[in-house]
Amino acid sequence: MTETPSEALLRHILTTAKVFACVGVSMNPVRPSNYVARYLGLKGFRVIPVNPGHAGETLYGETVYPELSAIPADIPVDVVDIFRRSEAVPGIVDQALDRFPDLKVIWMQIGVRHAEAAARAEARGVTVIQNRCPKIEYQRLFGELRMGGFNTGIISSRL
Amino acid sequence: MSEQRSPGFDTLLIHAGARPDPATGARQIPIYQTTSYVFRDADHAAALFNLQEVGYIYSRLTNPTVAALQERMAALEGGQGAVCCSSGHAAQIMALFPLMGPGKNVVSSTRLYGGTVTQFSQTIKRFGWSAKFVDTDDLDAVKAAIDDDTRAIFCESIANPGGYVTDLDAMAKIADAAGIPLIVDNTTATPYLCRPIEHGATLVVHSMTKYLTGNGTVTGGCIVDSGKFDWSASDKFPSLSEPEPAYHGLKFHETFGPLAFTFHGIAIGLRDLGMTLNPQAAHYTLMGIETLSLRMQRHVENAEKVAKWLEDDPRVDFVTYAGLESSPYKAVADRICPKGASSLFTFGLKGGYEACVKLVDSVDIFSHVANLGDTRSLIIHSASTTHRQLTPEQQEAAGAAPNVVRLSIGIEDADDLIADLDQALAKATA
Ligand SMILES: Cc1ncc(COP(=O)(O)O)c(C=O)c1O
Repeated sequence: MTETPSEALLRHILTTAKVFACVGVSMNPVRPSNYVARYLGLKGFRVIPVNPGHAGETLYGETVYPELSAIPADIPVDVVDIFRRSEAVPGIVDQALDRFPDLKVIWMQIGVRHAEAAARAEARGVTVIQNRCPKIEYQRLFGELRMGGFNTGIISSRL
Repeated sequence: MSEQRSPGFDTLLIHAGARPDPATGARQIPIYQTTSYVFRDADHAAALFNLQEVGYIYSRLTNPTVAALQERMAALEGGQGAVCCSSGHAAQIMALFPLMGPGKNVVSSTRLYGGTVTQFSQTIKRFGWSAKFVDTDDLDAVKAAIDDDTRAIFCESIANPGGYVTDLDAMAKIADAAGIPLIVDNTTATPYLCRPIEHGATLVVHSMTKYLTGNGTVTGGCIVDSGKFDWSASDKFPSLSEPEPAYHGLKFHETFGPLAFTFHGIAIGLRDLGMTLNPQAAHYTLMGIETLSLRMQRHVENAEKVAKWLEDDPRVDFVTYAGLESSPYKAVADRICPKGASSLFTFGLKGGYEACVKLVDSVDIFSHVANLGDTRSLIIHSASTTHRQLTPEQQEAAGAAPNVVRLSIGIEDADDLIADLDQALAKATA
């Protein structure tokens, strides 16, 4: 459980994961969660939306599910990305561990943390990222943020 | 590069923001002399305009050469991101713009570059903004000046012209308690001598025209954001916390988190104010920054020698260099800028105004110019030039009284600088 995951770990997650389930994603196109879902989709990830208020609707080509346990078993979710208040994290983590035996990562967005739930997930061999945004990390690690003058922390003399 | 090791300052000077050019392998950062950039397709264009992806659109907003400099500045200051602009003065407006609004004020130090005093006391009034000037040595006065409409505290880390050092830790504490950001102009110190974010600053502004570029070639400015301020904690900063009509109601802070201020600086500030740095100027500044540490070490070494010599000279009334044991700012300087107090300071002449003017006319190596932070040593009589627009009280408060001469010590041989001042003082006091 770490709030400062290594660059190598983040890179590994973002180059090997294929399917994200975004819990608490908004249908409103100017909400940050919607931005992230759309962005991950643009980058080639499959993004499964989870939001009980909009179950059955479609977001960026995928059906919205009311909760993680409603996601069909044939959708191999690698990363559960949590856009909910920290208090909601334990319930979501329990569902995630229950539903996806092969889950690789539980990712909590900026401002979202839960040490105890994180420890439970890690005990099951799931990597936990807290208080981070996969969109920002993707943009940082793969060069996009350089274009905006952000401090990517990347030093390299290789092409 | 091993993953968890963070590179040292001198490595960042050379490498931060720079990498071999992906198109050509060019090792030095190319000057991308272009106004615009081809979109991959209509979706790519739409995503860029919606701020859903970061990329190059048009050089008023972003340019690869300028972006490299921005990332380097952000890395050197330990911030999240940086926006470069056409001058130091532009950077000040760009820093205040997202925070201020009609009726709002900035609580500002009285010890500032004269042009900043004028910008703050006169020009910003046209936007309905105002500045409340306070002596930052008087912490109670700073606290008392803050009211419900105050949106920031502004000071210089090492103040032009006197070289006085501001207690940034104390300023940051006051700003924190008031729920407002501290903006520090770090021009005179440079990040080599002082890193204001480590002392609690929210934003750092620079005139890159000075020590950063270093050779007196181009004007440029920069705003570095620490990414640490919670713009949504109160309703004081609606530009960052409330829906932005120009972007379909997007909220910058909520959407971009610690990157919000920088995104806003590009997407609103540069887009609409247009105070853009050009890629040629960015190139000169990137070249200058590569040698910043080496130059600053020599600037400081020379300034210490010249200041000590002046202090011991009977023709000299006082020397303000904060690196001198006699300076009342020595203790603060040791905490805020332990590697040295830069190379900008003033000294008073017993001969008054007349002697000052004669001195400035008698130097041979020192150049009589309105700049600072050049490799060349510079001299100016502030009261009749850079601080001329100020009232006598403002001049006094800024450390630019009529009997005061300002020096910016370069990286020549210190003995030659002392000899030049010696002969000029002889003429001035004859
Ligand atoms: C401390 C300080 N801040 C800001 C500025 C303004 O910068 P520029 O001249 O690049 O607009 C100056 C210029 O002298 C300065 O000395």
